[in-house]
Amino acid sequence: MQSLAFDISHTLAGGLVLISLMMLYQDRLYSLLNVFALHALVLSLSVAWQAFIQDAPHLYVTAVIALVFKAIVIPVALHRIVKQLGIHRDIESAVGIGPTMLAGMGLVALSLVLMLRVTSDADPLAREDLAFALSVVLLGLLVMVTRRNAVSQVVGFMSLENGLVLAATGAKGMPLVVEISVAFSILIAFIVIGIFLFRIRERFDSVDVSALDDFRGERR
Amino acid sequence: MNLAFFDPVTAVLLIPICSAALLAAMPGYWLTARLNVVASLATFLAALSLFVVERASPGPYVLIDDLNIVFIVLNTFVGFTTSIFSASYIAHELETSRLTPVYLRFYHAMYQTMMFGMNLAFVSNNIGLMWVAVELATLTTVLMVGIYRTHAALEAAWKYFILGSVGIALALFGTILVYMAARPVMGEGQDGMVWTLLVERAANFDAALLNVAFVFLFLGYGTKVGLAPLHAWLPDAHAEGPTPISAVLSGLLLNVALYALLRFKILLAANPASIAPGPLMVTMGLVSLIFAAFMLYRRRDIKRLFAYSSIEHMGIIVFAFGMGGPLANFAGLLHMVMHSLTKSAIFYAVGHISQIKGTQRISKIRGLTVTHPALGWGLVVGVVAIAGLPPLGIFMSEFLVVSSTFARQPLLAIVLVFGLLLAFGALTLRLTSVAFGEPRGSTAPADASYIPMFAHLALVLGAGIYLPAPLVVWFQHVAQLLG
Repeated sequence: MQSLAFDISHTLAGGLVLISLMMLYQDRLYSLLNVFALHALVLSLSVAWQAFIQDAPHLYVTAVIALVFKAIVIPVALHRIVKQLGIHRDIESAVGIGPTMLAGMGLVALSLVLMLRVTSDADPLAREDLAFALSVVLLGLLVMVTRRNAVSQVVGFMSLENGLVLAATGAKGMPLVVEISVAFSILIAFIVIGIFLFRIRERFDSVDVSALDDFRGERR
Repeated sequence: MNLAFFDPVTAVLLIPICSAALLAAMPGYWLTARLNVVASLATFLAALSLFVVERASPGPYVLIDDLNIVFIVLNTFVGFTTSIFSASYIAHELETSRLTPVYLRFYHAMYQTMMFGMNLAFVSNNIGLMWVAVELATLTTVLMVGIYRTHAALEAAWKYFILGSVGIALALFGTILVYMAARPVMGEGQDGMVWTLLVERAANFDAALLNVAFVFLFLGYGTKVGLAPLHAWLPDAHAEGPTPISAVLSGLLLNVALYALLRFKILLAANPASIAPGPLMVTMGLVSLIFAAFMLYRRRDIKRLFAYSSIEHMGIIVFAFGMGGPLANFAGLLHMVMHSLTKSAIFYAVGHISQIKGTQRISKIRGLTVTHPALGWGLVVGVVAIAGLPPLGIFMSEFLVVSSTFARQPLLAIVLVFGLLLAFGALTLRLTSVAFGEPRGSTAPADASYIPMFAHLALVLGAGIYLPAPLVVWFQHVAQLLG
């Protein structure tokens, strides 16, 4: 039983890393949003599994929050925003797909090497979860860096937060405060983002961040 | 003194959040601006009462000790004076219709929410709760930076949001790692996040994990402190938001992140096997100082100029705390207080100046001491103070930083002095062009509140000439705590 629990939680955490890598090469906004919904779905499965094996019922709440908000509400809302703004065309990547994927693999390797080395004394379950979580965080950062579109930067940021939730649930017995706050911060962040997207649209007729660059204050 | 029904900690938290709700519901400019001032004053008085009211022993969520009282009192004081400045500043923005009444309501509610977030970060004893509070303060300021809805303001707010969120995400990862490091010793659950308990037993934590955690925390909270390679959001956010927000960003929000860093530094110091955070902080501090000093020369926007000056001073403060030891810590603490007071005073002056002249371009502002003597000379005193000239307070603290560094690391001291002189040169160069010479631009009389600015400058001057003995003893004690 112990080894099965171990294997399933690793499969789910590893699945998250894989989906993060998939995000790197999506070149359409809709498909990026779908991949993000899948990401959130796997996250909620992973959190629910952790709740089961740790016998920590409060984690089920986190799993439900992840499922409802991140896998359903936010992707649907973003779909609608994208549709309303009429920006469902290609995503402009700042970097090509090849180098991005290579960088992504490098980041995964880096986080595995770092976390496995420093956590040699921690219990093996949390240890490898943490390594996967760091990979998801770093890949989320990479998505934010390589995209120039505001919506896809937001998606990158939310997948980064998913990595944080994975880490928080992997840390056995971590108080509820953090999980709720993480979920809550995403909610607030989403409201903020929603407001901003419409404002940006209002001002620029585009959500391409490069349009913003023309107004950079440094050159004044 | 024993007041059974009065708990200052609750007051410091409840007054801002309740008045935020009230302000969000209230229409009318005149009343909201005044209520904002009254609420800030009440919070400040509650914070002052922390000195006299008996302290409760640290609980799982709330902690009051000698270190955070300094921060809370400074925070609420500057929050109070800024609310006075904000009342006169925003009235003008309303007249020139840069802001509409709806936005004003939003602005005042957000102002109090931000004060709540910052106070919560200071009093929290739980590293998770502290993180939530810092995140809350960040989100409210993001909304306020973008309030003008111009191109530049939106770009600044977006950049601030993205960089701030990434920073805060890294800080959360660091917080989780601290919990992981503590778990074998502390057991599972609540205790593993309570700072006072963590420090007590930090000696047995897994050092390697703690080291990695500190790197994440340093990068995360360091982004919000505005340390050099991570500072990109800071000048934009300061320059494009309303000036009262620039004043609180510079004077207060940077301190909140710094405070979080200091707490974790104490935690690391309690574990002998972990890395010393000192060298990391010293390096980042010096890099920020030198970088910002060079950047000061090329600024053409007056608010941006002082934003870079904030990066410079945060660099000095982080450097001082990184050096450690009683004297350097004392100097760092004093410098932080002086910087908050001086920088907010400067922003008060700059806010009114840019309103009168209708521009933030340095080249279009000239001869202020002739046309607007009170504002002009206020700015002169402020800039002289921030440049570190005697007899003002910042001279004292900078002198202490430099002399303690010379005693221990002469080579670092040379770099430090080089940076200070560089920044001094840039600031005097800009000051002479702005304050003196033939007047340029509008000469309309200023409708400004001078009290907050001169109150701050008087405090800075007073501190430079004479520091009261109890204050010195207090700061020395805190410096000891910091190790």
